[in-house]
Amino acid sequence: MSLIRMSSPHVTRSNTSSGVMQLVILAMIPGILALTLFFGWGTLIQVAICLASGLAFEALALKMRGLPISRYLGDYSATVTALLLAVSIPPSAPLWIGIVGMFVAILFAKQVYGGIGNNPFNPAMVAYALLLVSFPVQMTSWNLPYVLSGSEGWSIPAISESLSLIFAGSSQMMDAYTGATPLDILRNRDGFTTEEMWRSNQTLIEGAAAYHALSAAWFMGGIYLIYKKVFTWHTPVSILVTLGFVSAIAYGVDPSNFVDPFNHLTLGATMLAAFFIATDPVSSATSNRGRIVFGMGIGLLIFIIRTWGNYPDAVAFSVLLMNLAAPMIDHYTQPRSYGHKRARLGPKGE
Amino acid sequence: MTEFLLILISTVLVNNFVLVQFLGLCPFMGVSNKLETAMGMSLATTFVLTLSSVCSYLVYTYLLLPFDLIYLQTVSFILVIAVVVQFTEMVVHKTSPLLYKLLGIFLPLITTNCAVLGVALLNIRKQNDFIESIGYGFGAAVGFSLALILFSALRERIAVAEVPVAFKGPAIGMITAGLMSLAFMGFAGLVQF
Repeated sequence: MSLIRMSSPHVTRSNTSSGVMQLVILAMIPGILALTLFFGWGTLIQVAICLASGLAFEALALKMRGLPISRYLGDYSATVTALLLAVSIPPSAPLWIGIVGMFVAILFAKQVYGGIGNNPFNPAMVAYALLLVSFPVQMTSWNLPYVLSGSEGWSIPAISESLSLIFAGSSQMMDAYTGATPLDILRNRDGFTTEEMWRSNQTLIEGAAAYHALSAAWFMGGIYLIYKKVFTWHTPVSILVTLGFVSAIAYGVDPSNFVDPFNHLTLGATMLAAFFIATDPVSSATSNRGRIVFGMGIGLLIFIIRTWGNYPDAVAFSVLLMNLAAPMIDHYTQPRSYGHKRARLGPKGE
Repeated sequence: MTEFLLILISTVLVNNFVLVQFLGLCPFMGVSNKLETAMGMSLATTFVLTLSSVCSYLVYTYLLLPFDLIYLQTVSFILVIAVVVQFTEMVVHKTSPLLYKLLGIFLPLITTNCAVLGVALLNIRKQNDFIESIGYGFGAAVGFSLALILFSALRERIAVAEVPVAFKGPAIGMITAGLMSLAFMGFAGLVQF
């Protein structure tokens, strides 16, 4: 008779990376629905494009590396990356934007480093930054939120129209549909103050509410993930508090040249970044103290790049820059092991 | 003072010598395997870069210009840099033998760090004055150090990642440097300088 001898702990959590990723996908649903509601079917089509190409590239890379394809596709990490990129790119972006993005995200940002758990940068944000730098026109043409731009209530264009825009979209059609995003408008004001822009610009007057609702959807998903203990509160809270605090100071000093804190938090991708992108356990800092520093860095960089830089929604670059600094943050925020006091004497007093 | 600060932001972040202007890549790839050596190298390079930036400015303004010898610019700058590196080597040798051992061959190699000569030449092209050339040299050095230290911390993490055999070592280092450079493009436009 063979006895199975087990050491403690006997109670374990069924906390697999596949389970965590499924929860993240679940939490992204409200945001994706809100995007579809406000910006048309394009979002869902982009999701399909990114998913198909992302999974194909992942399978290709796994095959080349000689790893079991079905097992690694089943961890849903490529799915999450695809969803994150799909909600980041404009809904009416041409077909190849999503495919090129997923090619970079899966092969260059993830598989080259050894796949899941090894990537130093957030794959979706690497792809987004690369696309933004390489194809600025396609990547900055967002349409007006439909829900408020139509005169008789909610009416988004038919799905066939979105399909033709994405698969055979001419640039003329793009121009008819799209315009600058609110943050872009507030960044490039042509000498007007922010108050004047808020009074005169159609996108800001009609579209801001849709962006606020979208941020609320991401926020809900994020709270659900914190409740489910997928990640701790440290990173998101420190991002939001830092960005809110710094922008509140700037707005308090000069309200005509700075965006107010509420719109900093809700008019762009701040909520998406704080809850879904910066919380990536691999590319962020490891300890809780480190995560607070990491989040503060992201919040500060978002404010700096949005206010003075070329990229009005600075989220991708801020996350990448802090990903870059994460190993260094870890180096200086190592938690001391349990039972040990803080070393008072420095390296000599061991 | 604002001018000085703008020069610093410009050279450290916006026009980072390594990640945006692609100067000084040899030490960036060569000394970034360990964090400690990278820090030592950063300190030595900061010292040399700031000093040589000022020295080359002085040589240019008080020797080359009055005697109409501008065509000797490159040669004389190389000489100045070599002298400053020799001086640094002697100082490091006396003050910190451990650092001297750690840096080994890389200390004399600062002479051939193209960022050092690049700073000296760009100083002249941008017509920086004495104070500006201090700031320019120091900012370039801090930018170099920032990139090198962050990169080496990142490489220590990548060293334990399951990188496919074909990409191990310098290959993945190059890809990482490229992605770092992409991240630094986010600073574009902060300072028009």
